[in-house]
Amino acid sequence: MPRRVSKFLRANAVPYMFLLPWLLGFLVLTVYPMFSSLYLGFTDYDFTKPDSTSWVGFGNYISMFGQLFGVSEFSASSGKVLRVDPYYLKSLSVTFTYVFVSVPLKLIFALLVAMLMNQKLRLMSFYRAVYYIPTLLGGSVAIAVLWRKLFEKDGLINGILETVGFTDLPGWITNPNYSLGTLVLLTVWQFGSSMIIFLAGLKQIPDEYYEAASVDGANNFRKFFSITLPALTPVILFNLVMQMISAFQAFTQAYIIGGGKGGVLNSTLFYTLHLYLKGWTYHEMGYASAMAWVLLLIIGVITGIVFRSSDVWVTYGSGE
Amino acid sequence: MKSKTFFRLTLTHAFIAILGFAMLYPVIWMIVSSFKPNNMIFSDTGIIPKALTIENYISGWKGYSGVSFAKFFLNSLLMCAAAIAANLFSCSTAAYAFGRLKFAGKGFWFAIMMTTLMLPAHVTLVPRYIMFNGFGWVGTYLPIIAPKFLATDAFFVFLLVQFIRSLPRDLDEAAIIDGCGLAGIFVRIIIPLAKPALVTTALFTFLWTWDDFFNQLLYLTSPATFTVSRALRTFIGDSGAVSNWGGAMAMSTLAMVPSFILFFSLQKYFVQGIATSGIKG
Repeated sequence: MPRRVSKFLRANAVPYMFLLPWLLGFLVLTVYPMFSSLYLGFTDYDFTKPDSTSWVGFGNYISMFGQLFGVSEFSASSGKVLRVDPYYLKSLSVTFTYVFVSVPLKLIFALLVAMLMNQKLRLMSFYRAVYYIPTLLGGSVAIAVLWRKLFEKDGLINGILETVGFTDLPGWITNPNYSLGTLVLLTVWQFGSSMIIFLAGLKQIPDEYYEAASVDGANNFRKFFSITLPALTPVILFNLVMQMISAFQAFTQAYIIGGGKGGVLNSTLFYTLHLYLKGWTYHEMGYASAMAWVLLLIIGVITGIVFRSSDVWVTYGSGE
Repeated sequence: MKSKTFFRLTLTHAFIAILGFAMLYPVIWMIVSSFKPNNMIFSDTGIIPKALTIENYISGWKGYSGVSFAKFFLNSLLMCAAAIAANLFSCSTAAYAFGRLKFAGKGFWFAIMMTTLMLPAHVTLVPRYIMFNGFGWVGTYLPIIAPKFLATDAFFVFLLVQFIRSLPRDLDEAAIIDGCGLAGIFVRIIIPLAKPALVTTALFTFLWTWDDFFNQLLYLTSPATFTVSRALRTFIGDSGAVSNWGGAMAMSTLAMVPSFILFFSLQKYFVQGIATSGIKG
C-alpha cells in the first residue's frame, strides 16, 4: 500500500469509527427511505397487497391538486382510473391557516412575556418556570385530553364564561368555525421555548444603548422599535423558522381532539393527520409518500423565502 | 420617588403572577378535578373541590382491555430508559467526531447533519415502516428505540457539538503526552466534561419519548405493549366521546408527574438546553 494512502487511512479511521453510528443511520434511515418514498410516490403501493403495486406516474400528485382544475376522475399511466382526493386541499388550507395564525401569535406573545421577564426581579426564575410549564406538558396526550374537556359545550371555559354573564355559548370543539381556533390557542399557550430564547437575546443587548437613547430623549415606544426589535431580529428569524417547521408537522393534538379523525367537517384535518389516515387507515401508502414529498417542498420553499427575506429585515452585529 | 418604584414593582409582580396563574389554571383545574366525584367535574369550574374522592384513580388505573396502568407506566419507563441510553451513546460519539476530531469530509457531513434537523420525518415514514415491518418489528419497541442508536435525533448531536467545541483543548494535549489515543480522550476527558450537555440530552430524550405519540400510535399495536401516551388515547372513543372523564383526568394527571419531577429538579439544564440549541417546542 502506498505510504500516502495508509497515512490517510490512519488519520481518518478513528474519527470515522466515532461517526459510524450517525453515518449508518443517515444512510439507512434517511437517504434510502427518502429515495424510496420518492419512488413510492409515483406508485399506488398498498401496504396490504404490495404485489399488485403499479406505476401511476404523477397520478398521486394529480389526485392531490385535481380539484383545483375541476377534475374528479382520471386515468393514470397504468390505465387504472384514479379518483381525486376531495379532502387534500381542505387539509392544506387547514394547515396553512393554522401555521400562519399560530406561529406569529406565539412569537408575539413570547416576545411580550420575555420583555416583561427581562427585569431584575426577585422570584424571576420561579416565574420563568411557571411560564414554561405549558410548553413542558403541552405536546402530551394528557393535555390534548384536557383541552377537549375545557372547550366542550359543558366544559370549563363555557362554565367560566357563563358565570361572567355570557349565554348561548357554542361547543368550541364541535363547532367547525371554532375548532381550529382551540388548536391555535393550544399552540400559542406553549410559548415557553420561544420566550426563553427571546430572553437570552434580550440579555445580549447592552444597557448603554438604552442609556444613550434616554439621553437623546427617546420614549419606551421608540426604544422598542429602534433598539430592541432590530437587535432581536436574528433571534426572531431563528424562532420563526423553527416554529414554522414544527407547526407544519403538528399531529398529536389534532388527532386526539378530533377523536382520531379530522374533527367536525374536517375542520381540524391537519396535513400530517390526513397523511396518516391515508397511509395507515386506507393503506394508500404510495399516496401518503407523495403527500410527504409535497410537505417537504412546501416547508423547503417557505423556509427559503423566509431566509431570502431576512436580508431585508434581519440586522446582524451591533449595527455599527 | 422610592414609593413610586415600589408601586411599579408590586404592579409588575402582580401582573406576572396573575398572568401565570391564568395560564396554569387549566392544569391546576385538571389536577383538582381528578379528585372530584365524576358527576361534579362537569358542573364545577372552581379549583376548591366540594368533595374529595380517589374513585377516579381507581377506575382509571384499571386501564384498557384488561391491562392496567401499572403496565403502561412500566412500558413507558423502560422505553424511555432504552431511548436515553441509545441517544447518549450515538449522539455523543457523533458529536465528538464533529466537535473535536479532524477528518476528511467533515464540513460536508456536518452540513448534511444540520440539514437533517429541518427534514420533516414524514418523508421517510412509509419506507421506514415497510422496512421495520419486514424485520418483524411492528408491535415492538424496536422501531422507536433502534433508530436512536444511530443518532437519528440530530438535535442532540448539534447540542453536544456546541458544548464540546467550547471545552478547552489543553487537557487533550496533556492526555496525548500521557499516551491517550483519540478513544481515550473521548472516554476520559470529553465525556466527564460534557456532563451538563449529556444531562440535557438525557432529559429531553426522556420528555420527548415519554410524550411522543405518533410513533407509539404507529408501531405499538397490542394493549400489552401500550405506553402511557398510547393508553391515554383509549379514553377518547373513535367518535370523540369520552365515557370515563374522571378516569381520563386522573391518568392524565399521573402521566404528567414524571415531567414535573424532572423539570423542577433539573431546571438549569432546561434553560441551558433551550438557550444553546433552540430546542423545538
